Amino acid sequence: MGLLDKKFDNSNIVITSMDNLLNWARLSSMWPVQFGLACCAIEMMATGASHYDLDRFGIFFRATPRQADVMIISGTVTLKMAPRIKLLFDQMSEPRYVISMGSCANCGGPYWEHGYHVLKGVDRVIPVDVYIPGCPPRPEALLEGIMKLQEKIRSESLAKKSA
Amino acid sequence: MTSQEIHEKIKLQFPAAVLESKTEGVVDPFIKIAPEYVADVASFIRDNEELGFDFLMCLSGIDYGKGTLGVIYNIFSMKHRHKLNLKVEVPKDKAEVPSVSLIWNTANWHEREAYDLMGIIFIGHPDPRRILMPYDWEGHPLRKDYKTPEFYQGMKVPY
Repeated sequence: MGLLDKKFDNSNIVITSMDNLLNWARLSSMWPVQFGLACCAIEMMATGASHYDLDRFGIFFRATPRQADVMIISGTVTLKMAPRIKLLFDQMSEPRYVISMGSCANCGGPYWEHGYHVLKGVDRVIPVDVYIPGCPPRPEALLEGIMKLQEKIRSESLAKKSA
Repeated sequence: MTSQEIHEKIKLQFPAAVLESKTEGVVDPFIKIAPEYVADVASFIRDNEELGFDFLMCLSGIDYGKGTLGVIYNIFSMKHRHKLNLKVEVPKDKAEVPSVSLIWNTANWHEREAYDLMGIIFIGHPDPRRILMPYDWEGHPLRKDYKTPEFYQGMKVPY
């Protein structure tokens, strides 16, 4: 943290490492793809609205994957939807991150046994960075997940690629 | 009109079609007809002045679990405020029922759903595609003898 701590007193010069600068920029403006899959999307919308206010994290939903950095999988991933999610993910430019929100996206949730139409975990088609438990998770839980992802980005390095 | 009177009227018009009619001792009175008469009976009860069944409330597919499938029509008359439950039963290996989607538009998507999940084929439907499952899906998932596939497009289906 504290990119601005290393500022010289009398000028607008900041000394930092490239890693720090890039990570700071990335974690301060994570733009998610604007799409929701099920009831988790309602909680995601509530998180985006004024009461929980995602804007204060620099998070704005983008209507195209090409302008997005993060994908929040908010809901049940059906087998019909899974190839579309894969396509959207492939259209995002790197670095890209995935938050799996709620039990359905994590592992199939209530559909794990008899859900003939549900993909049992979105990590079967795309790599996931943060899993948020809950059915659906409250907005606080989503914020916690977002902050976990920020922590993860903060520890990244150009020299060694993290998973 | 009471259910009894409605059933009598249908019986009078289509003596060969009615297989069973129950008004006593059941929660919902119903009339069961032979599948090949469905479209004829439907257009008769819609256009008849006294019956006036202008609204199909619901159409459901059902697997009776003994080698037969069925369709249940819940029909209502906005004008006379009376209702009718119509049932048909077809064998699983020849599950074909005439479509009523040109008689009541409600039936269009309901019949597609019954086809998608139960595999009942509605003869004369204007757009007989699946409605919920992907178009390349194999089988009809709500049948009692349905087996969940191991893979779909390379994705593992069971947990």
